[in-house]
Amino acid sequence: MNQLDAITKQLFTKVADITELPEGAYNLRSNGQLCGRVSTENISITTKVDRSGIDIAIKPGTKGETVHIPVVVTASGHKETVYNDFYVGDGADVDIVAGCGIHNCGGQDSEHDGIHRFHVGKNAKVRYAEKHYGEGDGMGKRILNPQTEVVMDEDSLMEMEMTQIKGVDSTERVTLAKLGKGAKLLVRERLMTHGEQWATSVYKVELAGEGSSADVVSRSVARDNSYQKFDACIEGSAPCHGHTECDSIIMEHGRIEAVPSLTANHVDAELMHEAAIGKIAGEQLIKLMTLGLTEHEAEEQIINGFLK
Amino acid sequence: MLELRGISFDVVDKDGVKKSIVKNVDLTVGDGRFVVVTGPNGGGKSTLAKLIAGIETPTAGSILMDGVDVTAKSITERARMGLGFAFQQPVRFKGIRVLDLLRIAAGRELSLTHACDYLSQVGLCAKNYIKREVNASLSGGELKRIEIATVLARKPRIAIFDEPEAGIDLWSFNNLITIFASMREAIKDSSIVVISHQERILNIADEIAVMKQGSIEKLGPRREIFPLLTSLDEAQASCEKVKTL
Repeated sequence: MNQLDAITKQLFTKVADITELPEGAYNLRSNGQLCGRVSTENISITTKVDRSGIDIAIKPGTKGETVHIPVVVTASGHKETVYNDFYVGDGADVDIVAGCGIHNCGGQDSEHDGIHRFHVGKNAKVRYAEKHYGEGDGMGKRILNPQTEVVMDEDSLMEMEMTQIKGVDSTERVTLAKLGKGAKLLVRERLMTHGEQWATSVYKVELAGEGSSADVVSRSVARDNSYQKFDACIEGSAPCHGHTECDSIIMEHGRIEAVPSLTANHVDAELMHEAAIGKIAGEQLIKLMTLGLTEHEAEEQIINGFLK
Repeated sequence: MLELRGISFDVVDKDGVKKSIVKNVDLTVGDGRFVVVTGPNGGGKSTLAKLIAGIETPTAGSILMDGVDVTAKSITERARMGLGFAFQQPVRFKGIRVLDLLRIAAGRELSLTHACDYLSQVGLCAKNYIKREVNASLSGGELKRIEIATVLARKPRIAIFDEPEAGIDLWSFNNLITIFASMREAIKDSSIVVISHQERILNIADEIAVMKQGSIEKLGPRREIFPLLTSLDEAQASCEKVKTL
């Protein structure tokens, strides 16, 4: 990390919570260049030969190990599409930390499009955290278009925590998942847009195996003139449980569209969706003001709690 | 000390007709005093509490805290001057934990031990609650006690409780009486105003104010006012009223 400049280091900290080189396997990428990689006995990271990106292979039975693969872009005008494939062996139990930070203080748009594909083996457990963050005072936009594809084998578990709190001008997020017998997918998305930003988040989850389940929950805040669209579809093709929820706070001139949808192809598919959009409740502001906060401080507390 | 001088509050309904909710109320709550405001539903008690907290603005009159006129001051300014307010219907928050709320209330980085002390004071087993969100998963009685704990954590000069007994079960109510009794013992130089219908809360008051149709109809020491309450028309059982028809 020492040879990295201060901005790059700060971005790695923002998106992957690392101040030093992480323990376990890692692959650090900055402006399209590799700036650090370590494989371990159980986790190998290799460069793809046919296109930009890496393959991460996790041996069956690997327990308690972590993989960090954060990306930063600090060169204004840099655009890249990266394909990362994860092969999680049967019975493995691992934490994967991804994320992308863009610093753009130039006039050209910077863009990172990451396509992550997960092949989760039988009985494997994966906790996946992905943070997106943008900063810089240039006129060039900060653009992130992540696509995540997940194929889950029997009785596997995947917990996904997707966070985009600040500074990304536009994002098109797509998450596709297909679940086998007894597999379980939990998604927690936190999204805040501000200024003139816009974000779309699309989920297509197919519950293909008997006893599979998915819980996709998004909390979002749209401030200023920003726009968001949440489009979550759960399809049940077997006896299964699916739940999707979009809970949003709208402020100033923000706009939010929520389009949850369900498709049941099997009589024992139990599917449910919820969506709520509204401004901060006046009584919440008043309560915090009676505790000594100003209206602005109360708003910040409510939003920080909501997006925690 | 809290002083209300000639406080009135009018609203205009959708037909343009003026309605007086609070009418020319004078009330002084001295340091170390525990005053209960009681009276029939719809008499203006909760509105009076909101006027004191700054949630509503009086149409006429003035409100003084420790001799300072706060009538034009905001909710936040009054809170920072030492006014605490417990809502009749506590507010829920997604994502804000009980610990967070107590820390906001205390206005400082409250240690876990101190935060737990406040919960214990309101009869909650702290370790079960401190990290829970103040959301719909909590029962009405639990929320009510947490609401009271936030007021305790502020250590207010003047504390207002709007119907603390509303919406809680009998078991929680018995605990609530204990909380107010110990608060009564510990208030020292601060002032407590409780809006309540409950005899057992009225029983620990220094003074009782009876509010009806927006006005304070009776005001005085508990020993003088309490016996009168049972003779009020509103206090009669409905079957008694039927007999007199």
